Amino acid sequence: MSTETAIRVGTDVVAVHQVAESVERFGPRYLQRVYTEHEVMSCRGTPAVKAASLAARFAAKEATIKVLRPAGHQPDWRSVEVRRHSEGWCTMALSGHAAALADQAGIADLAVSLTHDGDMAAAVVVALCRSETGPHEGGHEGGEDA
Amino acid sequence: MDETIRTILAEHGHLPVEVAKIGDEDDLYQAGMTSHASVNVMLALEDEFDVEFPEVMLRKSTFESVAAIRVALGELTGS
Repeated sequence: MSTETAIRVGTDVVAVHQVAESVERFGPRYLQRVYTEHEVMSCRGTPAVKAASLAARFAAKEATIKVLRPAGHQPDWRSVEVRRHSEGWCTMALSGHAAALADQAGIADLAVSLTHDGDMAAAVVVALCRSETGPHEGGHEGGEDA
Repeated sequence: MDETIRTILAEHGHLPVEVAKIGDEDDLYQAGMTSHASVNVMLALEDEFDVEFPEVMLRKSTFESVAAIRVALGELTGS
């Protein structure tokens, strides 16, 4: 048996004004369906600053889902969470269906970077995947004795 | 129902093309609808039809066309 390592990358951009419109139009219901309590608490400041932070988090969720590559139903938005640490940097925390997809893909670690400037917010997510392969897997051709 | 779906798509889908020019089976994501816009479409549909989309229906295919949205709403409203 050997361990193969692969990298997956996901990225997404979100228009900040569209998030601001969603908060304005749907209020708490939008926030509760998409973001965790921790994420909402992490996005403080003026409505414009808060919208930019929320938009970056939505981009991180979508980027993570691209990394997870769901074949069936998509994970609940709230099961893909951006955790903000006290020093300011962020990590991804998965639960439910999202965590199950990560397990299936052998994802051992996720790294995320968020940014926003003007009306655009973006995120990049990198996943480190590890999978164990048998002695006859990994691209060898031929039968069992090859 | 189709007219209401199209009105909601026009208001919340942020589509770069006129909704009237989109066919029933045309892929809305291919037409330019983003994931975030699909959340707004979902919430607006819930308001309009007094339903709630369960997690199992939160898949891209649920909102990928006018026809798909009609089928999903039919399941939720029992019509």
